[in-house]
Formats: sequence, C-alpha cells, structure tokens
Amino acid sequence: MSRARAHRAGTVAGPGVPERIKWHTAARLLGLLLPLKWRMAGVIAATCAFVTLNVAAPKVLGDATDVVVDGFLGGSLDEQQLAERLLAVSAMYVGASLFSWIQGSLTATAVQRLSYGLRGSVEQKLHVLPSSHFEEQRRGDVLSRATNDVDNISQALNQLLNQLIMSVLMLSAALAMMLWLSPLLALIAVLSVPVSTVITVLVARHSQAHFKEQWSSTGALHAQLEEFFTGHEVVKAFGRQEESAASFRERNEKLTRSSTRAQYLSGIVQPLLVFVANLNYIAIAVVGALQVTAGLLTIGGIQAFVQFSRLFSQPVSQIGGMLTLVQSCLASAERVFELLDAPEIPADSAVPAVAANGAGKLRGATAARKFHVPRKSSNGRKPPAPPTPGDLLDPGAVAGRVTFEHVSFSYSPGTPVVKDLSFTVDPGQTVAIVGHTGAGKTTVVNLLMRFYELDSGRILVDSTDIATIPRDELRRAFGIVLQDAWLFTGSIRENIEYGRPGATDADIVAAARASHVDQFVRSLPAGYATMLGNDGDSLSRGQRQLVSIARAQIAGRNIMVLDEATSSVDSRTEVQIRHAMEQLRQGHTSFVIAHRLSTVRDADLILVMDHGRIVEHGTHQQLVARRGLYKDLYEAQFAGREQVPAVRKAEQ
Amino acid sequence: MLIGLMSRLLSAHKGTVLAIVVLQLVQATANLLLPTLNAAIIDDGIIGGDTGEILHLGAWMAGIAAVQVITAVAAGYLGAVVAMEIGGQLRGELFAKVQSFSSQEVSAFGAPSLVTRATNDVAQIQNLAVLVFIMLIAAPAIFIGGIVLAVHQDVVLSWIVVVVIPVLTVIMTVIVRRLIPLYRQGQGLLDRIGRVLREQIIGANVIRGFVRQDHEVRRFDEANKDLTRNNLQSALLVAAMMPMIMFVVNISSVFVVWFGGHRIDAGEMRLGALTAFIAYILQILIAIMMAMYVFMTAPRAAACAERIRAVLDTEPAIADPAVPAGSAAAPAGGAADAGATDRSGAVEFRNVSFAYPGAEAPVLDGVSFTARAGTTTAIIGATGSGKTTLLNLLPRFLDATAGEISIGGDNVRAMPLDVLRGLMAIVPQQSYLFADTVAENLRLGAPAASEPELWQALEAAQAAEFVRALPLGLETPVSQGGTNFSGGERQRLCIARALLKRAPAYLFDDSFSALDYGTDVRLRAAIEPLLRSATVLIVAERVSTIVDAGLILVLEGGRVVAQGTHRELMESSPSYQEIAASQLVLEEAP
Repeated sequence: MSRARAHRAGTVAGPGVPERIKWHTAARLLGLLLPLKWRMAGVIAATCAFVTLNVAAPKVLGDATDVVVDGFLGGSLDEQQLAERLLAVSAMYVGASLFSWIQGSLTATAVQRLSYGLRGSVEQKLHVLPSSHFEEQRRGDVLSRATNDVDNISQALNQLLNQLIMSVLMLSAALAMMLWLSPLLALIAVLSVPVSTVITVLVARHSQAHFKEQWSSTGALHAQLEEFFTGHEVVKAFGRQEESAASFRERNEKLTRSSTRAQYLSGIVQPLLVFVANLNYIAIAVVGALQVTAGLLTIGGIQAFVQFSRLFSQPVSQIGGMLTLVQSCLASAERVFELLDAPEIPADSAVPAVAANGAGKLRGATAARKFHVPRKSSNGRKPPAPPTPGDLLDPGAVAGRVTFEHVSFSYSPGTPVVKDLSFTVDPGQTVAIVGHTGAGKTTVVNLLMRFYELDSGRILVDSTDIATIPRDELRRAFGIVLQDAWLFTGSIRENIEYGRPGATDADIVAAARASHVDQFVRSLPAGYATMLGNDGDSLSRGQRQLVSIARAQIAGRNIMVLDEATSSVDSRTEVQIRHAMEQLRQGHTSFVIAHRLSTVRDADLILVMDHGRIVEHGTHQQLVARRGLYKDLYEAQFAGREQVPAVRKAEQ
Repeated sequence: MLIGLMSRLLSAHKGTVLAIVVLQLVQATANLLLPTLNAAIIDDGIIGGDTGEILHLGAWMAGIAAVQVITAVAAGYLGAVVAMEIGGQLRGELFAKVQSFSSQEVSAFGAPSLVTRATNDVAQIQNLAVLVFIMLIAAPAIFIGGIVLAVHQDVVLSWIVVVVIPVLTVIMTVIVRRLIPLYRQGQGLLDRIGRVLREQIIGANVIRGFVRQDHEVRRFDEANKDLTRNNLQSALLVAAMMPMIMFVVNISSVFVVWFGGHRIDAGEMRLGALTAFIAYILQILIAIMMAMYVFMTAPRAAACAERIRAVLDTEPAIADPAVPAGSAAAPAGGAADAGATDRSGAVEFRNVSFAYPGAEAPVLDGVSFTARAGTTTAIIGATGSGKTTLLNLLPRFLDATAGEISIGGDNVRAMPLDVLRGLMAIVPQQSYLFADTVAENLRLGAPAASEPELWQALEAAQAAEFVRALPLGLETPVSQGGTNFSGGERQRLCIARALLKRAPAYLFDDSFSALDYGTDVRLRAAIEPLLRSATVLIVAERVSTIVDAGLILVLEGGRVVAQGTHRELMESSPSYQEIAASQLVLEEAP
C-alpha cells in the first residue's frame, strides 16, 4: 500500500494498437461523459431530430418528383401540390440543418470539457504520484501518456462523438426507409454491407504487416538520424560521411519501399468501397427501373431510394474508418487510465503502517550498527515519545535534529538499499553522502523528504516522526539545491521567487547577492527579467545552479539538501557555488551529496553509497582507518578532481 | 513555402503526376456518367417501357463502374509511389544538407529538431501529398465534369449548379480562413501544455520540495483553459459550417425539382434529367468536401514545409574551396604535393576572430599563436571563454570570421575538407560513440586496423583493462551514444579511437575530465611517446593536466590574455594564477 515500489511493476504498454476493443476501457471513457449527461442527451435528441428530418426529406422530395412525373404522363402539372411538397421539403431541410448545428455545437462543448477535465486530472495526478514515477527512465513514458495520449483521446473523441452517433442513427433510419419503400431494393443495399466489410478486413489484414514494417523502419531510420546528427562532428572528424550516407540511403530506401506498400494497400480500400457503392447504385437503378415498369414503384420512389442508399452506404464506410480510430483512442485511454489509477502517495492523515511493523524487526543487529555522531552524542537525549498522528512541525522553528532509527528501504523488493540504518545528526551538523556516479546518493534525501516511504524504522526531525507530519509541512522545513538545477520557463526573478512566493525585489536581490547571482544577472541585458528558455539554456550550468541556490536561499529553510556541482562548471564558478553553498549551510543541518574533498573531510557524518546501498558510515578519520570502500573512493575520486561531463542524451 | 516545395519535388515525377491526373479525370468522369445513364434508364427504359434497354444500360453502367474502380486503384497506386518517393527524396536531401552543415548550423537547429524535421515533418508532407493525389486532383475533375454533364442534360437548369458552387465556396473560404489561424494557434498552445507537463515531470522533486504544487496546478490550468478555449472555437466553427453546406446543397435539389418540373411540364426537358441533376449536385458536394479536407490539413503540412525549407535553404557556411589547394587561389600554396601523412602538423592562428552571426560580442577575438610540430599547446580558461570554439576552427567545424588559420603551412580554407580533416585526430568534448561494437567504434578512424593494433591503442588509452573485462571484449555492442559505458570509459574509448588514426595533429577537447587523477597521469604518460612527433592541442580545465605543455594559452572572454609555459604564467599572469588558485582551493591537495 504505502510501498512506492509497487508501481515499478506497472506495465509500460507499447505503442501497438490492441487487437480487440477493450470494453471496460470504453465504458470508463464514456463514463467521463456522465457529468455531461444532459448535454449528451441533447446531442442524442438533436441527432434523432436531424436524422428523422434528413431521412424524411428525400422521401417527400421523391413524392414531389412523382407529381412532376404524373404531370408529364398525365398532361398537366399540379403546381399547387408540387409547391406544397417542395415547401415541406425545404422546411425539413431547414430543420435538419438547425438540428445538425445544435448537435455539432453541443458535442464540441462536451468534448472540450471532457478533454479539459482529463488533462487537468492527469496533471493533478502528477502531483500525487510517488517519486518513483519520475525516475529518469520512466519520465518519457509518463510524459508521453500525459501529452500524446491525452491529445489523441481528445481528437479521436471529437470525431467519434460527432460521427459515430450520427452514422449509426443514419444507417438505421435509411435502412428503415428503404425497407418501407421496397424490401427487395433494401435487400440489395444491405448486401453491400458484408461485401464492404470483407474487403476492408481483408485489405487491413494484408496491409497490417506492411504498416508494421513501415513503423519499424521509421524507428530504425529515426535512431540512425539521431546518431548521425548528434555525432556529426565525430563523423566528419573521421571522414566517415560516405559510409554513413550509404547506410542512411539503404534505410531510407527500405522505409520508402515499405511505406509505399502500406500506403497503397490501405489506399485501395476507398476505391473498392466506392465500387461496391456504385454496383449497389446500378443494381438499384436497374432493378428499380424494372419494378417501375412492373408498376411496383414510382420514379420518385427510385430517386428517393438512390438518395437513401447513399445515406446508407456513406455511414457504412465511415464506421469502417472509425473502428481504427476507436482502437487507437482506446489504446490511449487505457494508458491514461493506467496513469490515473497508479497508486498514489498515501494520504497524510493515514497512520503509516510501517511505523507499526518496523518495531520488531532485526533487533539483533541493532547494537552493532547503531551509530551516533560523536561530537554531540553525549547530549543524552531521551528517546522520543511515541508520536501522535498529526503532530505538527512548525517549519520556522525546526531546530534541525535528524534521527534515523533502524531505517530499512528498498526501491524494488528483494534488493535492500538501506538496511537498518541508524544515526543522529544534531542541529547545524553536516552529513556528506559520497559514492560513485549512479551509486544512489539521493536515496537518503528521498527518504528524508518523504519522496519515498520507508519499509520499516522511522526518521525523526527534532523529535517528531516524519511519517506523522503532513508531507507538505515536512518539506517546508527543507531547502534544496539539486545538481540538475531545474529551472522553469520564466524570468530569473520568477525562478528565484519560486522559493518564497510574493518575495519583494529587495529580498530577491539580497538572496541573489548572497548566491553570487546578482553579479552576472546585472551584466545580462534584461537583468532579472531575462527569460530562461526550455531548460534555462541562456545560462551556463554553473549559473543555473547559482540561481537554484538563490532560490533555496530566499526560501529560508532550516534543513538544507545540497547537491554539489561536478560537471561542466569551470573552477572559478565552482568556487562561487561553493561559497554560496557554504553560506546556505551556515547554522543549518545539511545533507550534502558531496564531490569535494573539503566538504567530505569536514562533514560530521559521511554516508558511503555503493551500487545503491549505504555500505559504510562514519567520520572521515573513522572511515579512512577502516580501509574499506571509502578509502578506495577517497583515493580514486578525491585525490584528483572528479569531473564527469554529463553526456546528455539528446532524446526527442 | 508548401507549394514551392511540393512543385519542386513533383517536377521530377512529371510523367507520373500527369498519369495520375489523367486517371483521376477518367475516374471522376466515370463516376459522373453513372447518373447520366440512370437518367437514360428512366427516359428510355421506364418511360418507354423497354426492359431490354434498361438491362442494356445497366450493363453499360456496370462497365463504367469497372473502369472507374480500375482507374481509381491505379491512380491510388501511382499516388502512393510518388508521395513516398517524395518523402524519401526529402529525407535524403535533408540528410545530405545536414552532412554539409558546420557545427554552428547543427547547433542552431539542434540535433533533435533536425531528426524531427527529417522524420515527422517529412511524414506530414508525405501524407499531404497522398491526400492531394487522391482527393485534391479528383475534386476539380468532378467539379468541372459535373458542370459539363449538367449543362449537357439541360442548359437552363444548369444555372442552379452554377450558383451553388460559388455560394459553397464562399461559405467555406470564410470559415476555413478563420479556422487556419486558430489551428495554428492551437498547435502552439498544445506545445505549451507539453512544456508545462515536461517541467512538472522533470522537476517533480523540486516542486514538492518547495511545496509549490498549487502554483503548478494553477499554471497548468491557465494553459489548459487557453487550449480548451481555442479548440472549442475551432470545433464550433466546424460545427456551423457543415449544416450550412448541407443546407445549400439540399435546397438546390428542391430548386431542381421545382424548376425542372416546370421545364418538363413545358416539354423543354427530359424526365430523367431531374434525377441526374440531384445526383450531380451530390457529387459536386462531395468534391468540395474533399478539397476542403485537404485544405484543412494543409496548414499543418505548411508549417512542416517551412521547417524543412529552413534547413534546406540554409547555406552551409563551410564548404570545400572552389579551387583545390595548391592552385593560385591558395594564399599559402606551394605545399600541394605533400601527402597527408608526411605533412607537418604545425598550426598557426593569425589574428583569428569568430562571432556568431548577429551576436554582439565575438566568441574569439584576435587570437594568434603558433603550435609547432612535436609540441603540446594547451588552452585553458573559464567556461564560455571560447576554448572549444577555438579548437573547432581548425577542422573547420566552424569557420573563423576574421584572420587566418594554417596547418602545415597551408591555409585551412584552401584545402578540401576531407584532406584537412584527414590531417587531424580529434577527441571531442562529448565522448560520442556509435551504436556498433567496440571494435567498429575504434576503427572509425582506421578502418584497416588489426586487432593487436586496437589493443595497443586501448592499452595506451588505459581502456584495455575494462574492455578485457567485458564478456564480449572488443565485440561488445555499444548502445547509442555509448550510454552503456561510464563517462570515464567513454572518454578513454574516444581517446583510443583517435590514437588509432595516425595524424600529424591531435586535438583533445577537455578529454581527460572524467578520468580520476591516477588514470589521467598514467594515460598521459602512455600517449606521450605516441604523439611525440605530432602537434597536440589540448583544451583543459585542470591545471595539473597541462603543467608540462610547451605552450599554454590563457583564454578570457575570447581573447588570449597570456601565453607561455606553466612556470612563466605562474609568475606573469594574474588570470592563470587565479585559475590555479581556485583549483587549489577546490582540491586542497595535501
């Protein structure tokens, strides 16, 4: 229940179209229209009215034609009767158009409301999803569900709701009229349905393979282009243009071939359906004519029948086309519903079960692993009183004592990341977290800020179990600076203000000064109003991190979580970052993901991470004396300067 | 934009396009002939009571329907072929163009955007071409054919058709004109939604950390409302357009019966014409709808065409010299006969500047230095001081906007690009590896290298150990971009790759940064003898990497503020001292 890891197993559906219609998904999608039921009732009523009028009109027009025929055969035209009938037809057409307009407008508003709501609920869901959804490898999937799939649903629904109801009703009404006019001709018209269906299915089955091939060669070409374009300097530097052009040509030709086949095969459906419709038309014309000569039908009747058969065959081919649309819409809906159904972060008010089940576990190992920061561990703090749910933490008054008690945690079952970890950090102390790139150094931060929930044990801030503090309250005690300095689209000022909404200009400049931001911002032409682009690319990485430090600075929190700069930052900017971070740490309990020897050596507690696990902890002296991983790490990593340029995968 | 692009692409397929047009004309005419024959059935068959004639005409109709389906299928086939070939051609052109681009142009567009243009955007153009061939070409044929046949049936009644067409055209033009900008705006709003979501997903922990979820929900809601408003507007327009069109068409059939009835009564028109007319109007309506559908998809394709044209119309700033090296045009001519291998790699920069077009400040400003063969020249400076730019000028990934650069005494601009680039082995800042095996990646610069040679290079690059530890060794597949190797491993593989390419000059762009101190030292010691006779240019961050360099350039704001050896600079250059001091602060080396 509260295990974030439960979602990791969540299926990541491929882009393929499901073979069958998923009725429960369809039902749920329709269920979204429930709040709009009156509107939808209006849509159906208007459609019914439209269809009735639209179907009745040709019949009356046919009657009008018969008046003309009678006049032609009988000698004089009954103008009065003709006028009456034509006026009736005109009135019907006016009505039909009016209802069609009402139907269209109601559907449009319904679909837009639904899409608005769907987008909104997907976005709100993002804020209650466990952090595991936002790990690097899953982001793309979440993003594509939230954008592409929602968009696909909204577009498909617009078309489907407009056409599907209309088509079905039109089909049945036209069929009814035809049966009434001439059952024999109606039978001919109905015969065209299975023929059309068989053609569509056969061709679709045939073209499916080619479409698949087209998609796979598109994918292959895409990957190749990405590689060549991203690595174009390497290709050029080594004079490999010819080779890469040759392999591109090969894939391009393959794609062209497969897409031509797919396109041609799927394009053949339309002419074939037209052919069926035409044969149907001819059959009606001939058989109808024979019936007229036999006195079973009138000429006006044929004319009406021809119109009906068009009203009939048009929806038939439309429905065929809509089936593909339905399938792709449902595939998207399923993916979106999966996202919406993903287990959420447990509500704050719930008493966390882990607090209960953690108590009895692994007591035996405790003594050996229990670790206290030596300097102030003699304070002799009493064990904290059992927390009462809803214990309030005043973020402004947090002293900053952090205690881990027998904390165990794993991202996925069976591979413990943290096992029975206990330590205490006193206010103002610094914890350094060290390890190789990708060793899972953010884990402790994730637990501390409750981005993830513990499996067992508890974490106390001051003397309150953080599991009993509403998450947002808890997080208000933290100021964070991450290495991947996430800045959003907006001005520099807005990005700093993010830390404390409503901050005054003076506050912002003060924070910027303290963080070495002010000096470079002043040299920008637009100053604090400089807009940061998509990923804040108008600033260098170092500058972006300085801005994120200013953001944490202005937030004025009591416990700091900092990720030291490592990459693509020149040494002088790095010195500034370091100063700014030191300032930030001043007097606050800090958790630092450390890359700097000085930070590590002076830390009150060092947590050493390896392959996602905390393998050692202690002070610098203790750990060096231990001659374990830390010693190796220290020698390899900190004797020289680690500098890992993040090779950013240019995706999308 | 779109039309220009399309017509240029289609001009290569004139014959096929002509065939499609003819086939579509036949197909449309055949479709239109059916109501005409139906009219004949009524007039000659029913009125005349001639059952044989009815069947005879029916057989004719079936024959025409057969012709129609054959021509339509053939047109569809040719349409698919041409459309897809256009797509293939466009992709080929884009690829060739990007290959000719310099780094400046590639980064101006961005590699991901170029990929999108060559795939998605081209697909859009392709789809439009299919629609044009299947729908748009048929539409005027039906249009004109419908009018001709209507006139043929009855001249006087034809004015109804003549009136209906412009009325429909006006209605649609008015609405589509309002729709197109709305669609375009809608696309922008959709992008905005995507951007906000993207930021929220990537920045989830920051948002939670600062407890700004409410703010984000509001921010998204604004974008969502704007998008919904826009979509609603366009949907309402479409909802209004369809009934209007239907009304016009239906009313015109009422007029046909009314006026036709009178003309039949007066003996001026045949009875069958009445049914035929109603059928024609329907056909014309379908033609107009098809054309409209194409026009509605056109704006999207037009935007894609613009994006594609932007790439195709970009003149690569860097191209092979018009006249090959060694001719009179080469300022430093004379050494033309020297083969690439025994050329000297001495590099000289004379007063070189570089500025991006439109940028106020130059990236490099008046840089002059000489790197002699057999020496190492290092370039150091802050991020953004122009170090990488400087290095990129030599292989002409970028072209200097002023000044002169020569290698082995020849101006770099006077040499064909492949000859020039053949003179140097480069280790780029981004350690880029291709999706292939380790061995193939290494052989990029030396296709004929034997396995022992590969190991030798790996050994020197301190990469032999980890490659040997891989289960598949040299045959280990590398994932795209080399992401299955760590940053340091990638860097070492790139160095080995460069070492395999024997060249007079070696360029290392910040290539030791991901290595820990010990590896860095061992690596430099191992490659030193290999590069002894070559010209080596190194861009570096760490002072420790370059202490031994024969010449160090200190770059600041695009200018060389000092040059000399480490010892000289430690005495004379405040900037160099500052850099060294800041690293000392950070290192606190014992």
